[in-house]
Amino acid sequence: MSTEAPEAPAPEDPRRGTTLRSSKGRMADPLFKWAVASCGTIVLVILALMVLRTTTEAWPVFAKEGFFGFLTGEQWQSGNSRSEITGTYGAWPFIYGTLVTATIAIVIALPLAIMVSFYLTHMAPRRIAKPLSYTVELLAAVPSVIFGLWGLHWFLPNVLRPFFEFLEGVLGWFFLFEGPIRGVGYLSAGIVLAIMILPIMTAIIREVIAVHPVEQRMAAYALGSTRWEVLRNVVLPASFSGIVAAAMLGLGRALGETIAVLMLIGGSQSWGASLFGTGSSMASHIAATFGEATPESRTALMAIGVALFLVTMIVNILARVIVWRLGRMTGDAAV
Amino acid sequence: MVVAMIPLVLIVFEVTRRGIGVVNLDFVTQVEPPPRREGGGYAAGFFGTLYIMALAVLMSIPFGIATAVYIVEYGPNRLTSAIRFFTDVMTGIPSIFVGLFVYGLLVIGWGGMGFGTFVGAVAIAVMMLPIVTRSSEEMLRLVPNEMRNASYGLGARKWQTIVHTVLPAAAPGLTTGSMLAIARGIGETAPLLLTAFGTGLVVTTFQGDPQGAVPMQLYRGATQPFEAGIDRAWGAALCLFVLVLAFTVVARWVGSKASTNAH
Repeated sequence: MSTEAPEAPAPEDPRRGTTLRSSKGRMADPLFKWAVASCGTIVLVILALMVLRTTTEAWPVFAKEGFFGFLTGEQWQSGNSRSEITGTYGAWPFIYGTLVTATIAIVIALPLAIMVSFYLTHMAPRRIAKPLSYTVELLAAVPSVIFGLWGLHWFLPNVLRPFFEFLEGVLGWFFLFEGPIRGVGYLSAGIVLAIMILPIMTAIIREVIAVHPVEQRMAAYALGSTRWEVLRNVVLPASFSGIVAAAMLGLGRALGETIAVLMLIGGSQSWGASLFGTGSSMASHIAATFGEATPESRTALMAIGVALFLVTMIVNILARVIVWRLGRMTGDAAV
Repeated sequence: MVVAMIPLVLIVFEVTRRGIGVVNLDFVTQVEPPPRREGGGYAAGFFGTLYIMALAVLMSIPFGIATAVYIVEYGPNRLTSAIRFFTDVMTGIPSIFVGLFVYGLLVIGWGGMGFGTFVGAVAIAVMMLPIVTRSSEEMLRLVPNEMRNASYGLGARKWQTIVHTVLPAAAPGLTTGSMLAIARGIGETAPLLLTAFGTGLVVTTFQGDPQGAVPMQLYRGATQPFEAGIDRAWGAALCLFVLVLAFTVVARWVGSKASTNAH
């Protein structure tokens, strides 16, 4: 694949470099431009192919169930026909799982991210701020399968289970915290997701808060505000759109995360109101059942993928538009 | 505000504690026995990861850097802003969807290539491409315009300027971006489940037979009930973590050296 660039065909009318006599020299510049430009358009081609290929692949399922019928249906029964769709495919339990885990993650991670960024930019002494921000970056680099392993075999039995038992004891009458506690479930997946999206949200909120004019803060301090009041009444309102963008990027991450959720959500095909209950998210259901799926139900899994893609794209594009309008890309493609 | 540090410290501690006893030479050179039995290792996974990553690097890094060159040296125009925007968008695509796409496109689609090393590498390359592009773009922008002008002043053409002046000047930064992308690619699991599919054996074929990888084997080891298999999963987690950490830290180090040189 990578060898195609230098052998690109020459354009007919090279308008540049006419001063040089050799035709080879004259061709070089347009050729080079053509080569890098075609590499650049690969991104667009890949995205277009992605949309086209998966949608056509999933089309029979949408045609049978109807787009909204597919999204709201509660039955998932695979058929094993090779030519037509014979099963019943409703993605609602998985959509519900995705929404619940992502919401839990955002609710926990957003306040934490705001406080960590505020601390990093305004309060931390330099020699603490540097290693701390380095730590947050490293946290972003940890592969999600390690989060899953750690979550399942250490965090869950040692921290989450006692916490859940406490929660159930105190708030068990409330439908969200009804037992039985299985350990794995929506809440476990959501809490581990919160840890996973904390870095990206912190990175962006930190950028946004850092550019907030220092004079405004100093003025607020001069009027006798406490640090909390400065954060609450001066910094947050000014950085609001940036924080929304960060929350949405984190949300995009949380919606699409697969392996860690798969290991912690329990993998059942039912859904229920209790946060201790087990379920599946859209991504985790695809990964969990793909291996043993019949060709027909792989088509249906593709349909879940398309729905997931649509949602994450909307969330991401909105977030990117906000960030771009702020004109402050973090410049860190790794986060 | 230690809150941000707690999870990382806990993960590092636990992965090291449970993994350190498992990792030895056998762990890298032997294949995994049935999950009930102790001993053996992730040779299949390590070989598969190396194979897949080598192919993915060949596919993603040249294209990523070329795209960044186009954006920085020939932009801004309508095409480059579209490319920039969609590269950003691409970083947010769920990895499982990339797996589904490559499955639909290559595994059952055009040619029906089946599961294998190559399609797995394509999926990882698609994940890495936007990371390489975005970070390379930032790095190329750091190259001062005086250098370009000096090169033009000596009579160099644009392509000569780019190849002989801009790219060498940005080389450390480009290395940083590529290494961060590799660190991300090594740990990817979800797209491989749908493309490389996974196996417990060392597979050398380029395409057509399911190929394994460390994260996939780790996932399968962690989600089965036998203690020996879970122990090996912790060992694999330690190896994976050290690899990712090494790439990330070295990348940052090269990058920070480059940016202090540039100013």
